[in-house]
Amino acid sequence: MELTGKQNIWKDYQKEIASDKYFYVRSCVRQNFFPGAETTFLRILKDELHKDIYEHPCHTTCTGIGYHGDVVPFDTAMTVIARQFALMTEAGYENLVPSCVTSFGLYSEVLETWHHFPDVLARVREHLRKATGREFNIPKNVAHASDVIFKFRNEIAAKAKYKLVNVETGKPLKVVEHIGCHYSKMFPAKGVGGAEFPYVLIGMVEEWGGEVIDYPERRHCCGFGFRQYLIQANRGYSVGCSHKKFESMEPYEPDMIITNCPGCPMFLDKWQYAISEMNGKTYGKNGQGIPVFTFEEVAGMVLGYDPWDIGLQVHQISCEPILNKMGIKYDPTAKYLGKNGKYLGVPEKPSVLKD
Amino acid sequence: MADFGYKIQEDRQINYDSNDRTLFYFLKRVEPSISLCIGCGTCSATCTAGQFTQFDLHKIMLYVRRGEKVHIANEIKKCMLCGKCSLACPKGVNTRNIIFQTRKFLYSNK
Repeated sequence: MELTGKQNIWKDYQKEIASDKYFYVRSCVRQNFFPGAETTFLRILKDELHKDIYEHPCHTTCTGIGYHGDVVPFDTAMTVIARQFALMTEAGYENLVPSCVTSFGLYSEVLETWHHFPDVLARVREHLRKATGREFNIPKNVAHASDVIFKFRNEIAAKAKYKLVNVETGKPLKVVEHIGCHYSKMFPAKGVGGAEFPYVLIGMVEEWGGEVIDYPERRHCCGFGFRQYLIQANRGYSVGCSHKKFESMEPYEPDMIITNCPGCPMFLDKWQYAISEMNGKTYGKNGQGIPVFTFEEVAGMVLGYDPWDIGLQVHQISCEPILNKMGIKYDPTAKYLGKNGKYLGVPEKPSVLKD
Repeated sequence: MADFGYKIQEDRQINYDSNDRTLFYFLKRVEPSISLCIGCGTCSATCTAGQFTQFDLHKIMLYVRRGEKVHIANEIKKCMLCGKCSLACPKGVNTRNIIFQTRKFLYSNK
């Protein structure tokens, strides 16, 4: 079929995403703050989609936090990343799937650097060989975990037990989609939809029955920005960015926020608490916050996974309002039970935010 | 309210859609040389008041263009109308008259 007009233009905004045999690398932030999200991703890929996905027990941080926090030099970052590629090569995989948007950005940055400066690549190969005796191949395909879920969004919809629909009103849930800056703003061509029309989360939301909200600060950063948050003196800027987004989205009364970056859900989630404690302001209904989820968690909810299995109890903003809206069955008394059924204890209640 | 050791930083975005730029258009009419200003800062460097206070004509010119009248009204009172800025301006902008006209505009609109 010959593509014409807008179809032809839109073609430039697509990206190739491998369909199987993935080498998965976890995220420092995500596995600490939303540990259920990555487990859910692997569960979906293995149990629902029956894909070959492998994670090496020896893979480490990509150094993204240190690199963007100005404490890790680029040469060090490149050598650490070369080691991840070596692990992938040794395991017999070619398609890299980073869980973290910052890792995705850094992998893209390193690959782009090597593409333009082969002498740098030769130097990094030499560094890795001297340090570890390892060799590596450059991945054939690098796709962020959200790209992979986006690719299989139809299959997930076909298996869905719930939809992003308010069961009481029958109307689609109003969803704010928030794309991580390092996904689409560093190398726009590496993301679905580029920097202008990032479609990766919209595709999921629309396929699963939700409605995406367009609001003025839609493409504004969540405020993480590494150094802005890591240094306390800069933290006012970080919370200021999130504050600006919340103020902008508030009139549209969103039901939930979906993100594809490890940092964004953490900040959009935790800053709602911080803002409520500092200003007394909350952005959801009845003194509640706007629930914030990663794309894996939303996929898990849609597939009918137990919300406590996918780790929704570790969110600052309570997930119950959205579970009730979607009609998801859950046991409220099991919220703070561990995997072995052991009681984990209830966290202290915020003074302003309501459950 | 909780003190976490930091505060929510205020939004410093300049909103040209909502800002009132009537002062700038007024000055363009009564002192057209304002259009020649390149924001070099010579006026501020030579300003006597600026040596001893935070008064900064360069900043005021920026506020005028942006339509941020509140800042201007607070700052403009510090000028002593000595005119050194006009003598020093490399583009020949009549800065003294701009300050004079600005005062006139702000006071007549009060």
